[in-house]
Amino acid sequence: MKPPAFAYHAPDTLGAALAALAEAGDGGKVLAGGQSLVPLLNMRLAAPAELVDINRITALDTLEVTAGGVRVGALARHSRVERSDAAAGVQPLLRRALENVAHPVIRNRGTVVGSLAHADPAAELPAVLALLDGTVEVRSATGRRTVPAGAFFTGPLESALLPGELAVSAFFPALPPRTGTAFRELSRRHGDYALAGVAVTVGLDEDLRVATARAGYLGVAATPVVLDLTGPALAAQEGRPAGECDWAEVGGYAAARLDPEPDIHASAEYRRTLAGVLTERALRAAAAEGGRSDS
Amino acid sequence: MRLGPAEHHEIEMTVNGTPRSAPAPARRLLSDFLRHDLGLTGTHVGCEHGVCGCCTVLLDGEPVRSCLMFAVTAAGHSITTVEGLAGAGGALSPVQRAFQECHGLQCGFCTPGFLCTVTALLRDNPRPTDDEVLEGVSGNLCRCTGYQNIVKSVRRAAELLAEEPT
Repeated sequence: MKPPAFAYHAPDTLGAALAALAEAGDGGKVLAGGQSLVPLLNMRLAAPAELVDINRITALDTLEVTAGGVRVGALARHSRVERSDAAAGVQPLLRRALENVAHPVIRNRGTVVGSLAHADPAAELPAVLALLDGTVEVRSATGRRTVPAGAFFTGPLESALLPGELAVSAFFPALPPRTGTAFRELSRRHGDYALAGVAVTVGLDEDLRVATARAGYLGVAATPVVLDLTGPALAAQEGRPAGECDWAEVGGYAAARLDPEPDIHASAEYRRTLAGVLTERALRAAAAEGGRSDS
Repeated sequence: MRLGPAEHHEIEMTVNGTPRSAPAPARRLLSDFLRHDLGLTGTHVGCEHGVCGCCTVLLDGEPVRSCLMFAVTAAGHSITTVEGLAGAGGALSPVQRAFQECHGLQCGFCTPGFLCTVTALLRDNPRPTDDEVLEGVSGNLCRCTGYQNIVKSVRRAAELLAEEPT
C-alpha cells in the first residue's frame, strides 16, 4: 500500500529539526533510515501528521570511537558501524549484533539510533545497549538529557522519548580487559526477526576464572531483559579447573528467570528453552574469547 | 522547508546519469516516483514493505529499497536503476550477461532487484565466497528459480568481471 499523506520537513541543521519537532508536538515523527517507519506507513499502521526527515543533517552522521566506547550519531547507518574495525575493536558486540539485523541492503539505509528509538522488542541493538548499560543522548528545542538504557525502553515500540525530542546519539561503553562477548539468535530464516536472542559478556580474573557474566535478551519480553549471571556462573565453575564451567547449568538458570510470551511463531515454553540454549552457547563462546584476549 | 500534505514539490535527482525532475507529493515513494513520474518501469514493486527486494536500486552506488524511501529524501542524490546497468548501445553488463547465460531468472519479476544488488556486491567484493554470495543476495526473494541458478549467475558474473579490461 501507499503511505498516508503527511506534512514534510527537511531541516539541514539540528536546530531546525528540533524547532520543527517542537512545533509538531504530538503529531511529529522523526524519519531517519526509514527501514522500520516506512513499512509501518505503507501498511497504514502509523499516520504521523508531521514527518521530520533528518537525512540532510550531515552533522548527525557521526561515529566516534574512543578508549571509553563508541558514540553513534543519529544518522550513522548500520552498514557504516558494522564495517568500522575501530568500533568492533572497542565494542565487538556492535558488529556481532549488526550482522543479524535484517539484510545487508536494509543495513545500508537503517540507522543504529533509529533502531533504538523504534524500540522493537525483537530488535538486536536495544538488547546490546541494555546489556552494556549504554545511554541515549536526547535533545529538544528546550534542553538535553542523557537517558540510561534501563530507562529508555519502556514498552513494545515505546521509548522514553517525548514529543518534541530527538535521540541525537547513543553511547555503547567499551569492554573491560579480559572480557569476551558473544551474540546468538535464532530466526526462522536468516534476516528475519529472531524468535529469541542473547548478547553476553563474560569477564575473567587474572587466573582466567570467570569473574562476571551478564546476558541481554531480545524477543523474550516487551523490552530488553538483562540478567546478571555472575552468581550462577561462579557456582557452576566451583571445583573445576580454570576455563571450565557448566554453562548448561547457567543457561538453565537464565531460562527459569525469563517469562516470554507465545505468538504465531513459537510458544512461550519453546522460547524459554531456546533462550536457555542460546545463553549456554553464547556464554561458552564469550568465556573462550575472554581467555584468548588475555594473551 | 515545510511541505503540506497535499502539496507537490519539484523533485530533482540524477537517474542513470541524467538529471531528471518531476513534481510529486512528499508521500511519493522513490519506487513509485521512478515508475510513475519518470516512466522507468524496470524497477519492480513486490511487497512494498522492504521484504522482497524487487525494488532495489542503487542510491549513490549503494543498494537500497526504493519502496522504503521517499522520493523527496532522495532529491539531489544519484540513482541507478536496472535501466542504467547496461553499457553503451544497450550492451548487457557482465552481471546481466551472467544471469542470461546461467538462466538466473524465469519470470523475471525479481530480476531487477537481484541485478542491482549483485552489481554492488561484486563491485565491493569481486571474489566472494559461497557464503558471501548467499549473504549478499539473502535480502532478495525469487519464487521461480530455487536460487541455484542465481547463485551460479553471481559466480559467473564474478568471472566475467574479472575478464573485463580495466
